[in-house]
Amino acid sequence: MGRAKLPRKSTTIDMTAMCDVAFLLLSFFILTTKFKPSEAIAVTTPSSVSSKVAPNKDFVLITIDKDGKVFLTIDDKQKRETIANSLNATKNLGIDVAAFKSASFVGASFGGLKSFLALSEENRKGDQLPGIPCKDSTDNELIVWMQVVNEAYAGTKMDLLLKGDNVAKYPAFKNVLTAFKRNNIQKFQMVTNPENAPAGSELYQKSMSGEKQEN
Amino acid sequence: MAELDTSGGGHKKKGPGVKKGKKLSTRVDLTPMVDLGFLLITFFIFTTTMSQPTAMKLILPDDKVKPEEQNKAKESGALTILMGDDNHIYYYEGQLKNDASNFLSASYNGENSIRDVIMKKKLQVRSIAQDPSDPEKDLVIVIKPSSKCSYKNVIDILDEMSINVVKKYALVDVFDIEEQLVQKSDANAKSSSN
Repeated sequence: MGRAKLPRKSTTIDMTAMCDVAFLLLSFFILTTKFKPSEAIAVTTPSSVSSKVAPNKDFVLITIDKDGKVFLTIDDKQKRETIANSLNATKNLGIDVAAFKSASFVGASFGGLKSFLALSEENRKGDQLPGIPCKDSTDNELIVWMQVVNEAYAGTKMDLLLKGDNVAKYPAFKNVLTAFKRNNIQKFQMVTNPENAPAGSELYQKSMSGEKQEN
Repeated sequence: MAELDTSGGGHKKKGPGVKKGKKLSTRVDLTPMVDLGFLLITFFIFTTTMSQPTAMKLILPDDKVKPEEQNKAKESGALTILMGDDNHIYYYEGQLKNDASNFLSASYNGENSIRDVIMKKKLQVRSIAQDPSDPEKDLVIVIKPSSKCSYKNVIDILDEMSINVVKKYALVDVFDIEEQLVQKSDANAKSSSN
């Protein structure tokens, strides 16, 4: 008696479905990846356990680079125009409002602002710019800047951010604080990298027990 | 699987004697393509930065408040932290003695870390607290960064406050005498390490 022959099964698997999934995921990751735009001012921020995400709109950002130079970034174009106009009116600087409006940050003294705005966007590199003079309480143009910023943002929401470099020295930070205090700004936020609470610390125990951080 | 009709459209039937062309399989081996796909996926997963920068809040004291109206720190609950050059850190409890005998050095992490100092201080304040409802009422940490310390040091210490859940702390300018002491200790630390 002959036995019934079992049909031999092919070992090749249909890859099409897997290929579909792979490329679907691939296109998802390609589309969601945001490459970091090369920053004009290179700053490496310290890390903190704070879990609050830094605001990304309606902010005014003060950057302190590694040499202690201070830069000011205002994200709202409309406010930039207001600020340029009020600076022209009060200090008689005669700056180009349109150029100021399109400049992503400010990094020069009032005297050097014209030549700063004359530079093209690519040539405005943090390490080659003088920064806003902010040496001590007498020679501190940031006080004036914060004043006009305050006026421009009067009545609207403003998030004041401070982004400092790891190796910037404390006096630079202190001078910025002086400028804030002079304008009665008591609240601000410092941009940091996220970090986990160290194991065993009180905050760690709190977060383990499900308590939310209060800030 | 998707397959294409490879048979020619026009000639359905070939004449007798005409050899049938070998039907080529349209199945393509997709394995290398899948490999490539997953390679790219891993690349994009690793390059995607999911972590966004965070922000820590700091509220500055009002300088214009008269000293009489400010709350005075109790000596028993006060801890002063001083930051010097090159990641050196010092502290003293209560008031600085004239001979600076309570001026001690610590480190940011590792052995004898400032975190241990703060935790010890906390326990000490708790043990002598009079008000059981708020045992840490008297604990005040005064942070005095010297002109040599870096921004990172300041953030680290402020972060340490939130790590150890210290409710009352202040960022204060360093006194001249303390600054000199810090510089002297920095120089000592430098010469001993060389």
